[in-house]
Amino acid sequence: MLKCLWNIYRDGFSHLPRWGKMLMIIVVAKLFVLFFVFKFLLMPDYLNNRYTTDEEKSKHVLNELITKP
Amino acid sequence: MLFELNSASLIEWSRWQFAMTAIYHYMFVPLTLGLSFLLAVMETMWVRTGKEEWLHATKFWMKLFGINFAIGIATGLILEFQFGSNWSNYSWFVGDIFGAPLAIEGLFAFFLEATFFAVMFFGWNKVSRRFHLTATWLVFVGANISALWILVANAWMQNPVGMEFNPLTARNEMDDFWAVLFSPTAMNKFFHTVTSAYTLSACFVIGVSSWFILKKRHLEFARKSILLASVFGFLSILLTIFTGDTSARDVTRTQPMKLAAMEGLNRGQEGAALTIIGFPVKDAALPSGRMRSVEYGIAVPKVLSFLGYHDFNAFIPGIEDIVNGYTSHDGKVYPSIPQRMANGRLAIEALKTYKTALEKNNGLLAQEALETLRENYPDFGYGYLSSPDEAIPPVVPVFYSFRIMVGLGLLFVLLFVVSWWYAKKRKFHKFRIIPYLAIACVPLAYVASQCGWIVAEVGRQPWVVQDLMPTNVAITRIASGWVITTFWMFALLFTLLLIAELSIMFSQIRKGVKE
Repeated sequence: MLKCLWNIYRDGFSHLPRWGKMLMIIVVAKLFVLFFVFKFLLMPDYLNNRYTTDEEKSKHVLNELITKP
Repeated sequence: MLFELNSASLIEWSRWQFAMTAIYHYMFVPLTLGLSFLLAVMETMWVRTGKEEWLHATKFWMKLFGINFAIGIATGLILEFQFGSNWSNYSWFVGDIFGAPLAIEGLFAFFLEATFFAVMFFGWNKVSRRFHLTATWLVFVGANISALWILVANAWMQNPVGMEFNPLTARNEMDDFWAVLFSPTAMNKFFHTVTSAYTLSACFVIGVSSWFILKKRHLEFARKSILLASVFGFLSILLTIFTGDTSARDVTRTQPMKLAAMEGLNRGQEGAALTIIGFPVKDAALPSGRMRSVEYGIAVPKVLSFLGYHDFNAFIPGIEDIVNGYTSHDGKVYPSIPQRMANGRLAIEALKTYKTALEKNNGLLAQEALETLRENYPDFGYGYLSSPDEAIPPVVPVFYSFRIMVGLGLLFVLLFVVSWWYAKKRKFHKFRIIPYLAIACVPLAYVASQCGWIVAEVGRQPWVVQDLMPTNVAITRIASGWVITTFWMFALLFTLLLIAELSIMFSQIRKGVKE
């Protein structure tokens, strides 16, 4: 089943028309920009980046909730 | 300074960034939801009748579907990135309630769509006709089930149910999955959104087909596409109107301030009128600078009461009533906003006391604080408001967006009826105004969709989670300069994607149908 699916993908991508290839280039470039540029460089997860445990994250948000007013 | 931490600027830019990316993302979504159904129907016609014209039609529309899907895929991830970077307090606070539907959506999207998309696009002549048809139907089902989970998550923000706040973790934890999934808000939102997406897709098919008719190309293909899409569109818009009605009743009960903003209704009335058109303007005589008076309004008496409660004489609260407290038509007493602010402050103070009491091992004090917190938790978010004015959403964009959405919806009813009639009589091409109207309805369908989201999302301000968390608490304290920088980067990326989509799509439409 998986092999059959793989073959469909492989044959499909290898016989793409010109506009389809252009579309694939756009998709790959977009995914690179999204995941590499945005996710890892510009918009990392604030809590995951600063705290390692859920307890630390809870403590941070709890402090935010009780100090905001 | 661009990179200094300016709270007001940070909130505004974060909101604009989210709004801009959500609007762009939703340009790609509705066509995927609805066109997948039309593809499945066309392919079914081919499998059943064996007529090659249905195969050509399926392949043509599938090509446009594929372009839209490929360009739009993963654009929603940017919204998830923003949750983590710009809205970290919110992300943590909503916890697994938001996470669970999104995780299910991710799994569904990956396994169902990734598998059957491949078969649908690349599987011609490689699998049997019936297997291919099944794959096409499953793409439709998968896309719509994905939408269900996203909309369930959104609906929970509008009407938080099925959870309990855990003061130890500062998270809302789901205690009733089915209450979250089947809340009336979730069901209304899902069906209203998907049926409006089907309407948009029908407008798209009729619009593109009309272009062929104007160019005198593929006339029979265009006529059949119009016939199918106009029936689909007509049924969809009827369902959109019906679910709009059920949504209105839900909003009347769960978000009365949003309804008041949609109508520019300042003082509540029994037998309240529905404003068809009018101009909300500033009025110094009103008690709040956020309120507007509707000038030159044309209204239909008693209809708003009917929409809210299916009772022509029901009481619909206005903004002033909601601020000052009122008793609803079904007898529920709503405290004033100042009272709810006081309740909210008690809840926040109790949370603070609970934390301190636990640190000092004072079990009795912790228990008392917990009880106070639970008692006042329904008004938790009001504790962060500095004045009752802040509970009033921006009236002007909500008022106009609602009317544009409804007005265009009625125009689409006309479009579908006229298109079906003239296509059936083979006279579509004789009245050139009709194909031109149909082409104009393609961008207008997108305008209507976006207006719907503006009503839903701007209308619920200041809440990111209704009554529990206002926008200014949801925010991450990061430098506003980063948000401004990424705002423009997203704007550039999405604009380029949109240009790419339109140019590839237009070129493929110009090439026409392979016969």
